[in-house]
Amino acid sequence: MAIEVRIPTILRSYTGGAKVVEGSGDTLSDLLSDLDARHSGLRGRLVTEEGGLHRFVNVYVNDEDVRFLGALDTKLSDGDTVTILPAVAGGAFGFAAAAAMLGNPL
Amino acid sequence: MAQGRLLGVLTIDRAIVDAILAHARRDHPDEACGVVAGPVGSDTPVRHIPMQNAARSMTFYEFDSMEYLKVWREMDDRDEEAVVIYHSHTATEAYPSRSDASIAGWPEAHYLLVSTRDPAVEEIRSFRIVDGAVTEEPVRIVDATVDPHAVQTYMFGQSPATVDYECSGR
Repeated sequence: MAIEVRIPTILRSYTGGAKVVEGSGDTLSDLLSDLDARHSGLRGRLVTEEGGLHRFVNVYVNDEDVRFLGALDTKLSDGDTVTILPAVAGGAFGFAAAAAMLGNPL
Repeated sequence: MAQGRLLGVLTIDRAIVDAILAHARRDHPDEACGVVAGPVGSDTPVRHIPMQNAARSMTFYEFDSMEYLKVWREMDDRDEEAVVIYHSHTATEAYPSRSDASIAGWPEAHYLLVSTRDPAVEEIRSFRIVDGAVTEEPVRIVDATVDPHAVQTYMFGQSPATVDYECSGR
């Protein structure tokens, strides 16, 4: 099952510079594990040690943000396109979540 | 790190700077945010895209997730990239905060900050942010509508109290 995954520049060090890679999996979590087998370290930039998606990464399946589809449990089908974008966020003081993720920036 | 490439300058048209400042003043006291797209590899910002601050906050900003996807796809279709990513601080200096630096995920973009704390003062500074490390760069504002060779260089020093204006005289 081939799923196209669009990789932002900041993560292309894991994909040998490739902008688009292919992977497979029934869920987003499965897909990220499959990708990590060939692009070691990629999953760790997207998933926290607690097993959730990083707060400051946006992942989309086709036209939908996975936060509204079930996050890592989002179901995938052959032909889906997954897009990864680092969140564009910040501000004068930040907030607790920003401080909490300082150790794990995307 | 490719420091040589990072120690650059942001060259940007006066009209785009004015549009960014107008957006920031309009949304004040909330923070405003957006991008300026340009042809891939050109390092030239040409298309100003004001974006919604999904956080609608005086101290935080975040691109709206769906608008972000739409704008990035549109840039892809047009062979553009985000040359400038900007946001405003509304009560503090135009310098990246800890959260700005730690979250910044586009190392090839110029991070432009404006401050609207003083309605009478134009405060614009530009930075590269790579792996959380912030490097300031000069902003060169070009008034293309008057004379492309009449260029003013706004060099903002590391000290926020020091502002050097240089005219190239060309």
